[in-house]
Amino acid sequence: MTRLKSNEALRPPRKTGVITSWLLRHLKTSATALGRICSHPFGSLMTVLVIGVTLALPTSMHLIIKNARSVSTSWDSALDFSVYLKGSVTETEGRRLAAIIGKRADIESVIFLSADEALLEFREKSGFGLSLDSLPTNPLPHTLIIRPASTNTEVSIGLLNEEIGNLPEIDFVQLDTEWVRRFHAILSILEQAIFLGTLFLGAAILVIIGNTIRLDIQNRHEEIEVTKLIGASNAFIRRPFLYSGFWYGLMGGLLTLILVWYGLYALEVPIATLTGLYQSNFVTNALDFRETLVIIGTGVGLGLIGSWTAATRHLRQIEPR
Amino acid sequence: MIRIEEVTKRYPGGQDALKGVTLYVEKGEMAFLTGHSGAGKSTLLRLIALIERPTKGQIIVDEQNTKRITNRRIPAYRRQIGMVFQDHKLLYDRPVFDNVALPLVIAGIGHREASRKVRAALDQVSLLNKEKQFPATLSSGEQQRVGIARAIVSRPKLLIADEPTGNLDPDLSLEVMRIFRRFNEVGVTLLIASHDISLIDQLGCRRIALENGKLQTDEEEDVVAEYVERLEVERENSR
Repeated sequence: MTRLKSNEALRPPRKTGVITSWLLRHLKTSATALGRICSHPFGSLMTVLVIGVTLALPTSMHLIIKNARSVSTSWDSALDFSVYLKGSVTETEGRRLAAIIGKRADIESVIFLSADEALLEFREKSGFGLSLDSLPTNPLPHTLIIRPASTNTEVSIGLLNEEIGNLPEIDFVQLDTEWVRRFHAILSILEQAIFLGTLFLGAAILVIIGNTIRLDIQNRHEEIEVTKLIGASNAFIRRPFLYSGFWYGLMGGLLTLILVWYGLYALEVPIATLTGLYQSNFVTNALDFRETLVIIGTGVGLGLIGSWTAATRHLRQIEPR
Repeated sequence: MIRIEEVTKRYPGGQDALKGVTLYVEKGEMAFLTGHSGAGKSTLLRLIALIERPTKGQIIVDEQNTKRITNRRIPAYRRQIGMVFQDHKLLYDRPVFDNVALPLVIAGIGHREASRKVRAALDQVSLLNKEKQFPATLSSGEQQRVGIARAIVSRPKLLIADEPTGNLDPDLSLEVMRIFRRFNEVGVTLLIASHDISLIDQLGCRRIALENGKLQTDEEEDVVAEYVERLEVERENSR
């Protein structure tokens, strides 16, 4: 019996093809783990299903937000702003200003709405006719309705807004896209909430995988004890359980993709109908390559972390008696 | 090979399984631990295999003080020792071949070399034709031989066995002992716990008797025998 020096005895004997045999061993272990999962399909399916559905929740929320954002981005540049002129500005001056602004390349059209027209419109639409009659003068200013060119970006719209607001004749600019900004802010908050929710769901998946592995370890208690007696290290015994976690995570991730793809497919017709009504050329954004990788990676990562934690914890408790 | 020095094992309940036991097993020796159940035979083997640690004293196996082997290094230590159990401790979900190959797989030995070693080990216990069978389809004696093949497959220099013939009939027991004898002849040190005294006498090996956790040395036995003899002689004379 050779005396143990450092970890020398722990290593496999040095020979050609050590890497190949190491690789073969891992392949075999992973195949065995997969076979074990398939040998009790019902229980395994439940675990995979729970992982898949749990991951599908934040994924679909993410997709909804992503699409909402892409729709609302196209609104940004299409929306008008109302420009209220100062009370001192006459109608002629106002019309001239409208003509000047209308010539700018970044503006599609300018409509001049005189104070009288505005009052008329307000009287018709608001139902405050009688009370308006009691006013001695028309309180409304002349107004320009400016529609920016569709080439504008969110930033250039902001600049345009500022520039026009600084003209001496202008009292106040009301950007009608304000609510789009608010909408974006709400989407951001929702995104944060989904991120937090994903963390919780991720923790739940860890628990689910951990529990599955724990049961698996309990079922194989005797085998583990015997292998330990024969001199297997914890790492050696843990390996097949890590592979189980890997497979559960991978299958859960794939199921998530299937669920989300199916969801998109099922929604395709209703979305087409809706966008048809708005005469929009909106195209649903599906998961891109990067997002697909992230979902698979999340599943596999959670599977490995969950099984590693559970295996390390529970294997330590099993000692030969 | 094994040096057990002043070893005491006290269990949480307060009873001592071993009380200051000192004994040596030389390299290449085949020795039997005897005694009634509860005498401390199993405890002693468990201490050697580091399944438990002594309360007091030290155990030195092949110049390694087990006290200095950390928990993390226990697996590597156990891989140097072959172990045979009364209840075989086989894995019933895999065939004989895989059971015997397990220590080699744990040690990370390549498939081709492992197959060769497994066949050699199975040949030594005359089970070469049963490598594809599952343990449950084998007789108790055959299962024990599978257990022995697994213990020797990585060619350990020390083999410990706890009641290896406990569940076997006399013929099978003798057969198992003969297998052990053959290993001993090629230089393996064996320490076997057994209460089958007639069998041990047949083999003519050294006996280490334990009683209530204490060593009942050969010398002591001689002293007792002498004393009894003298008493009988005296009684004879007094008539």
